[in-house]
Amino acid sequence: MTYFNITSDEINVNAVIDSVIHPEAGAINSFIGTVREFTGEKQTVSLQYEAYPSMAEKQLRRIGEEINEKWPGVRTSIVHRVGKLQISDIAVVIAVASPHRAESYDASRYAIERIKQIVPIWKKEYWVNGEEWVGDQLEKTPYPEGKPEGETK
Amino acid sequence: MITVLFFAGQQELIGQEKVERSETNISIAVLKKKLMDEYPKLSLTNTMTAINEEYAEEDRLVKENDVVAFIPPVSGG
Repeated sequence: MTYFNITSDEINVNAVIDSVIHPEAGAINSFIGTVREFTGEKQTVSLQYEAYPSMAEKQLRRIGEEINEKWPGVRTSIVHRVGKLQISDIAVVIAVASPHRAESYDASRYAIERIKQIVPIWKKEYWVNGEEWVGDQLEKTPYPEGKPEGETK
Repeated sequence: MITVLFFAGQQELIGQEKVERSETNISIAVLKKKLMDEYPKLSLTNTMTAINEEYAEEDRLVKENDVVAFIPPVSGG
């Protein structure tokens, strides 16, 4: 049983990995995204993730479906945490299980890049001297075509 | 009635996470303009819209009971 969840609890990494194990899989790749303290010279104190949970879970599931179309037989689980996180806390866990190792790397990379394009989750950074929603009203990360890439509707 | 959801920095600018509105059968583009006129600090020019949890283009019409969500550039991961 795979997961596509938004949670405010600590993520159980092993449970995410266990959820993708299946007999045809010869490789499981797990990606763990953690809260980084230094971005260049800017020092993060903590950060806050917020989501539109019901839509975000649908979009995570969609990423799993896209992966299964691109790499048949690959099973995916993705769990993203929201709320206040401290340095080194786990924000996201992606597990993909595939018949062979090559597609497990490719699918894992694809999943994290798609999260950054289409999943409604936002990050507010609290720095030593200020706070800011990343990629928000300052338009640091604009949608070049007025919509997330890969959206055709 | 329609429900309009705001997130992240836009929610802070509006001071509310959702508002109920009477507009129906208007395009997303027109709804955005009305909201920006009402809330001068709010910018929706670089913001995607979802209707009932699916991304929707600017010319889509908003119907009765729709849940409209403004999706600023995402930054998960």
